Amino acid sequence: MNERFTISLIVNNKSGVLNRIAGLFSKRCYNIDSLAVGETENPEISRMTIVSTGGEYTRSQIVKQLNKLHDVKQAVLLEDEDSVSVEHLLIKLKTDGNGNSKVTELLNRYGGKIMYIGESFIIADLTGPTKNINDCIVKCVPLGIIELCRSGSLSLSKNAEDVLDINNFII
Amino acid sequence: MIYSGARILIEELIRHDIKTVFGYPGGAVLDIYDELYNNCDRIEHIISAHEQGAAHAADGYARVTGKPAVVIATSGPGATNLVTGIANAYLDSVPIIAVTGNVAVPLLGRDSFQEVDIVGITQPIVKHSYIVREADELEFIINEAFAIASSGRKGPVLIDISKTAQSGTCEYKGNYNISFNEKKPLPDLSVALKAIETAKKPYIYCGGGVLASNAEKEVLELSKRISAPIGLSIMGLTAVPSSYELNLGVSGMHGKYASNLAQSEADLMIAVGVRFSDRATGNLSEYTKNCTVIHIDIDEAELGKNVASMIDLCGDAKLILQSLLSSIKKSEKPNWVNRVLCYKKSDNQISDKKDFLPENIISFIRAKMSSDTVVATDVGQHQMWVVQHYGFEKPHKLLTSGGLGTMGYGMGAAVGGCVASDRKRTVLFTGDGSFGMNLNEIATAVSQGLPLLIVILNNGVLGMVRQWQCMFYDERYSSTTLNRRTNFVDLAKAFGADGKVVNSMSELESVFEDGLPGNKPLILDCRIDLDKKVFPMIPPQGSVKDILIG
Repeated sequence: MNERFTISLIVNNKSGVLNRIAGLFSKRCYNIDSLAVGETENPEISRMTIVSTGGEYTRSQIVKQLNKLHDVKQAVLLEDEDSVSVEHLLIKLKTDGNGNSKVTELLNRYGGKIMYIGESFIIADLTGPTKNINDCIVKCVPLGIIELCRSGSLSLSKNAEDVLDINNFII
Repeated sequence: MIYSGARILIEELIRHDIKTVFGYPGGAVLDIYDELYNNCDRIEHIISAHEQGAAHAADGYARVTGKPAVVIATSGPGATNLVTGIANAYLDSVPIIAVTGNVAVPLLGRDSFQEVDIVGITQPIVKHSYIVREADELEFIINEAFAIASSGRKGPVLIDISKTAQSGTCEYKGNYNISFNEKKPLPDLSVALKAIETAKKPYIYCGGGVLASNAEKEVLELSKRISAPIGLSIMGLTAVPSSYELNLGVSGMHGKYASNLAQSEADLMIAVGVRFSDRATGNLSEYTKNCTVIHIDIDEAELGKNVASMIDLCGDAKLILQSLLSSIKKSEKPNWVNRVLCYKKSDNQISDKKDFLPENIISFIRAKMSSDTVVATDVGQHQMWVVQHYGFEKPHKLLTSGGLGTMGYGMGAAVGGCVASDRKRTVLFTGDGSFGMNLNEIATAVSQGLPLLIVILNNGVLGMVRQWQCMFYDERYSSTTLNRRTNFVDLAKAFGADGKVVNSMSELESVFEDGLPGNKPLILDCRIDLDKKVFPMIPPQGSVKDILIG
């Protein structure tokens, strides 16, 4: 059964690493639904969160193939119940004709913040689980979305034991 | 010591026991070639006719020695000419280090003369690759590259070195020692042991991983201990002597009847260092219907990739087999053994030995060669005939493109294989199609004085494609009839080699009576029938039930 799943990766923070990982997905016919990358507290190391879709076979193959890449220090599958995942949304919403109150009410319901107020639109910021973000976007459609930008999911395991000590990689 | 990057490269190659490198000079590797000139008494460079030939030569060299081999090419077209060679090594898990030059750092990324992103181009076909911008990165990178190429599942590594890094200078230490062969604990073997103990009809499927981990003795011992016949993948073909009674030969699409049949009847398959390619398994739902599979492989991603094995053992084949053997008792299985030996008899040649047939030509040449002779092949019908009929007795003696199926591989591989085996007589079996692709490397063999015996099984057609057109495309021979008028004897002579046309077994005999040249290639243009097909054959996606005997 095809389901979404999340992979968390500890990778070398070098040019070309993203290319290798994205290349592996296309080479093996897997899809990247979302991707987030950022430096960790150790500047040599980045953490990536990749969300993909597939069955049990695809899940285990992707993780095994990723772990073979020299620049990947660790790739693990994160189960929903054992991890915390959030996504970030910036959305530009029309305000003319709606009045700010409708927009504010909607954003308050989802915990969003207004980051910028323009003449005929606002830019709002929302952080939360992917499902919340999706729901919020659906609700925003009638108000008039000018454009939006999503970060891709960020995930961390709830586990404290099998965490890779990234400071080991300081050369 | 303060050395240039180019000097550091050469010093590190020598420190990694590289005696010979293959390659082709050019603008972006001038510094490296200048250092090769300085150090020609310490490291030999063999120039090929084309970079593809050099890449295949390094591949052939590495297959014979089991250790990483090195190919050097310049930037741009030099680098792109390596691509097929690198892909070939990747698919067959051969450790080669491909060194390419690139333009100076200020010119990188500006579409400069002879600039390509070779790291980007080769990304899906290397174990790892590096762009080296500064000289001081080089020493570590070369050491890491060798460690990656030769650890775990072996494979090619590319190092793209800018001119800036080659000519720049830095401190050189010469004392790195990087290894990724950390000792991992062996997997739990208890379930596998139980399965082996209770199996009535065990079968060992032996692949290239057995050669890579030097586990030939252990496979043979396991076979004897539990009375398990052995079938081989093309990559694992030389791991078990062909004269061993329970060696049933290669299995798969053009595998032996006995090997495929025994596989299908076995209740336990012990698969060692194989990746279950589609050419080896045919229809996957039929393939392991009757048996439990124990899959031993060093690459975890191979476990469950193509065949859902019930018992996965990830690790070094030799160590796992040794550990298994320490707990396995001798067990005779006369019924099973007699049955597979009976199947084996039906694989015996029935053709008249005097007929000028591929299997007779191959068997005749086998009889004239020692078991130490290195044999290269190209790709196509001749390759399958060699795999079926040559009869290898020692490991690492066959150089053949198993995974990528690279027509044109053989000539470069034969050069590399010959150099790696102290320039002793090396045989290349090829077809007129494959040979036409990279025959320019005759020039390399001649300039190196290599005693190659090049046997062209010349049928004037692209035989394997023609066979499929005959069997599956209503004999519509689209573009496979070559209509060439190449005179291979004149061609050989033009290159400075020798050549003879051979039309019969007696003519072949007289070639050997006349003696083979000791310091140059001899090309035998063997004119065979154009409709001779490779059998047995399991049609694509078929199973052993569909096997065609001919």
